[in-house]
Amino acid sequence: MKKTGANRLLNVHDLCIEGYQEEEWRQIVNGVSFYVDRGEVLGLIGESGAGKSTIGIASMGYTRAGCRIKAGSILFDGQELFGADYETLRRVRGPRIAYVAQSAAASFNPAHKLIHQFVEMPVQEGIMSFSKAEARAKELFRRLDLPDPDNIGDRYPHQVSGGQLQRCMVAMAMACNPDLIVFDEPTTALDVTTQIEVLGAIKEVIQAYGTAAIYITHDLAVVAQIADRIMVLQHGYEVETGETRQMIESPKKDYTRELLSVRKTRGKTINHGGEETVLAVENVRAAYGNNVIVLDGINTKIGRGKTVSIVGESGSGKSTLARVITGLLPPIDGKVHFCGEVIPPKLKNRPKELLRRMQMIYQMPDTALNPKHKVKKILGRPLNFYFGMSGKERDQRILKLLELIELGPEYMERYPDELSGGEKQRVCIARALAAKPDLIICDEVTSALDQLGAKGILKLLQNLQNELQVSYIFITHDLDTVKAISDHIVVMYQGKVVEQGPKSDILHPPYEPYTDLLLSSAPEMNPDWLDHVIKHRQRLADKGVSIRS
Amino acid sequence: MVLKRLFLGVGMLFVISVLIFIGVEALPGDLAEAILGQAATPESIQAFRSNLKLDLPPHTRYLSWIGGILQGDLGTSLANNRPIADLLSSRISNTFFLAATAAVFSIPISILLGILAALYRESFFDKFISIFTLSMISFPEFFVAYILMVLLAVEFQIFPSLAIVRDSMTFFERLYAISLPALTLTLIVIAHMMRMTRAAIINVLASPYIEMAHLKGIKKVRIIVQHATPNSLSPIINVVVLNLAYMVVGVVLVEVVFVYPGLGQLLVDSVSKRDLPVVQASCLIFAGVYILLNLLADVLSILANPKLRHPK
Amino acid sequence: MADVIKFFTRSPWSAKLGLAIITLNIFCALFAPALAPYSETEIAGDVWEPPIWSEDAIPHYTPVILGTDHIGRDLFSRLMFGARNTITLAFVTTALAFFVGSIGGFMAATLKGWVDQTLSRVVDILMAFPTLILALVILSVMGTSIPVLIFVIALIDSTRVFRISRAVAMDIEVMEYVEASRLRGEGLWWVMKEEILPNALSPLVAEFGLRFCFVFLFISSLSFLGLGLQPPLADWGSMVRENSSAISFGILTPLIPAAAIAFLTVGVNLVVDWFLHRASGIKDV
Repeated sequence: MKKTGANRLLNVHDLCIEGYQEEEWRQIVNGVSFYVDRGEVLGLIGESGAGKSTIGIASMGYTRAGCRIKAGSILFDGQELFGADYETLRRVRGPRIAYVAQSAAASFNPAHKLIHQFVEMPVQEGIMSFSKAEARAKELFRRLDLPDPDNIGDRYPHQVSGGQLQRCMVAMAMACNPDLIVFDEPTTALDVTTQIEVLGAIKEVIQAYGTAAIYITHDLAVVAQIADRIMVLQHGYEVETGETRQMIESPKKDYTRELLSVRKTRGKTINHGGEETVLAVENVRAAYGNNVIVLDGINTKIGRGKTVSIVGESGSGKSTLARVITGLLPPIDGKVHFCGEVIPPKLKNRPKELLRRMQMIYQMPDTALNPKHKVKKILGRPLNFYFGMSGKERDQRILKLLELIELGPEYMERYPDELSGGEKQRVCIARALAAKPDLIICDEVTSALDQLGAKGILKLLQNLQNELQVSYIFITHDLDTVKAISDHIVVMYQGKVVEQGPKSDILHPPYEPYTDLLLSSAPEMNPDWLDHVIKHRQRLADKGVSIRS
Repeated sequence: MVLKRLFLGVGMLFVISVLIFIGVEALPGDLAEAILGQAATPESIQAFRSNLKLDLPPHTRYLSWIGGILQGDLGTSLANNRPIADLLSSRISNTFFLAATAAVFSIPISILLGILAALYRESFFDKFISIFTLSMISFPEFFVAYILMVLLAVEFQIFPSLAIVRDSMTFFERLYAISLPALTLTLIVIAHMMRMTRAAIINVLASPYIEMAHLKGIKKVRIIVQHATPNSLSPIINVVVLNLAYMVVGVVLVEVVFVYPGLGQLLVDSVSKRDLPVVQASCLIFAGVYILLNLLADVLSILANPKLRHPK
Repeated sequence: MADVIKFFTRSPWSAKLGLAIITLNIFCALFAPALAPYSETEIAGDVWEPPIWSEDAIPHYTPVILGTDHIGRDLFSRLMFGARNTITLAFVTTALAFFVGSIGGFMAATLKGWVDQTLSRVVDILMAFPTLILALVILSVMGTSIPVLIFVIALIDSTRVFRISRAVAMDIEVMEYVEASRLRGEGLWWVMKEEILPNALSPLVAEFGLRFCFVFLFISSLSFLGLGLQPPLADWGSMVRENSSAISFGILTPLIPAAAIAFLTVGVNLVVDWFLHRASGIKDV
């Protein structure tokens, strides 16, 4: 299909955007050019700070507070949007270019019913009467597979679940059948299994109505499902642009290749640790506050030098299990054994020596390190606290730890703010290692990092385990991580263990139905994957596996 | 939710009354000697004690005190032996008249200006407003009062410098008499209210659903009316009522400056004379009004919150 | 140090003005005896003499710069000593309120449970009183002396400090680095001093400015009502009160100490505003 100039819907040329940071204007988007043809989907991808969201909304002639377009041209259907007056821009936004935000929960007005927010723009612009707009809403709600499409509009935003609300926003964007929709990470805040539905719904409607779109995401596999062309961005610069298949099969630039390679599954050398059990959880039940049971009858164990992955979606209870093991949330029933002994359920009753042997690494390295402490203090405190080290001995040990996590001695005097996300997470690992633990609980340790940082952390953890024979409990929702690192997998759903066993058993057929749903939901780098998985889902649904949404 | 809050408010009133009572009870040394001072003879002390019923056990005294208040009997003043209820009645209505006048002017003006300042943020108008409010909240109340007095009563002699009211005055004569104290109070309250209204609106305007409305191409006026207003209602109501409560404090100083025969002036006089029954009674009234207004603020903002009005 | 200088040179003119005002006031308070031509209680001349620049000014051997007060004392000297008395009192009171309030707030946030419940309910009750009324009740019972004054105002103010430091500490307490230190087995003192305090410092500094203004105005108001610092101690609030009857004769003497109060609070507020603006500005981008 050859696209010609007459088909060109949006042409952005040499766009420069500045942001106001630390009392001065700094360029955050540097001369980016791209175009979108009618009915075409352009994927914008990059890590955080790449400027993709800023570019996305700038193509509507809009910038957030603290940003401004400095130069360039945004030509939409022959009309220049950069520098256009407010009224012109207002008329374009909505009927002709629509926007779908990342968080539907925050982007719907809490004071109005969904239907009123849907009809607002078409009625204001005189495009449709109220009743016509309402009929259109119901049609779109139905198309987007929303439950009870005739009445869902009468609800308020906070009365509808996240995945449904996101689809309602897609419907709202489609209200006037716009030429172009800007999707700003519309599935990032959702669970993997819900993500599929929203993604499928988006793909379905934009194909059906022939709408062009700019789809912004950090996940290459997601964008591969939906985009015709992909543009890769880094630090506000364009890296490369190309047809989706060509980009995935033969990327030209190293950066793109790296982004792609992290997605590829890495094998794990099976550990030949002893059969000794480090931690065992026996019949654990736990509840928050008003007897809402969040964990029910959990049994599992971890061998020395092994990695156990606990997989599940949000609300599955996997993080609660970590809180029970660490003593932050005493269980209402059941026991936790550590190296053969039953340990006190409450944190404050546990001896220091026990606390030392069990360490934790968190999801957000930004909040896991005290921003007012230097690396030296962060690593020095556990050495002093558990081993009474001080002075030169302690400094020597800190240097050793920095070496283990592949950072130089100059990091001793740095504050967390002066480190990258990956470096911070390394410091967190070093802090855990400083205690010479037998077990480290890793709570979503890679999910806050960009893909390259995550890859490095996983490799590091792997090497450390081979060297130090430490056991890991790996809490994650990311199946790629699970495939890469585990010896043993525990699948959780709504507070219960659905299935557990050695990696080879869980990840190969025959599948347990929920595990199957979860496995099939992880986006793959194959542009045809989404279509397959939606069909597969249908089959699962016939078998009676329900999908929460 | 609302019921729970109401219940809490009543509980709070009870605790406050006990505290005011105990506060006066917990005098260091002997109250009678302290108050009667040099002139204390054993007989006069005895008389004083039985007069204050100090010879009865505390809980009986509390019950008779609070029981009396509920029936409108506030006890008698130590200073002139008149029933406190008589002393207070005209003063309460004077204070209420002053506060109500200030409220009537300040609420609409400050909400309007606050919204305008928020909408035209960083404009000249906004900067002017923010300088005005910053100075007003920095100035002691009596400074504002004296500046107005010098300007409008001494220099230009537009208004009377002292707010003297008599029973024979008509409504408009009264209004004219209290024009300076009312103006002072209005200026001070406007500053606080405007500042808080502006902050509340700016907060709402920064939310993602307002950005969404802009990106949906909704007209500016409509964004303000349909999207920002319903969500700002709850914080603005809160601001208004809290500032009315703030007036309870402001009114005391303003009354003293303008020698206005209100409750505040009586309270200050009684404190310096250590006329404890009067202090007890007027504090109870002030605290009661304050608590009721705070209660009202909470209840109204619960009612104005869409998430709480339409539960899941 | 270089950072501090850079920090201030980059500040807007309003903040610089505020800082200059604060510095000037502190200077006056520190060197009051050296700056004041007369002593705090010395009679310098006649009642309500006009300031030196007035046509009716009465010449003195030692100049009476701003004129004299209601019993003929030099207003300028009293202003200097007043700065010393009022600012010191306000500062000590605010510091005390912060010490008590922030320790209470941090403890409530870190220990939670019954400690938090008890402290919070006590504070709720104290805050249910209008500030001035609560002060009047206590002063009427305990009499007006400097220790009582400090105690009363610090008590009232510490409730506000408690609320804000509890809220700030709550925000910090949910951070994983605090949980990490708990899991390590650290005690309450370490968590409060090493984990929470350094991170709570900058919002609390701004709050200190606001609370100082409140205390300062509050003391002035009480003095103005005759319930604060007692004569013959010079104090800006009582100076206004003592001279207030001059207003009806068109003599502006009482406006001078009142303006001094306003001047200092404006200065502090300008700096605080800039602090808050900076804190919120970073969030915007």
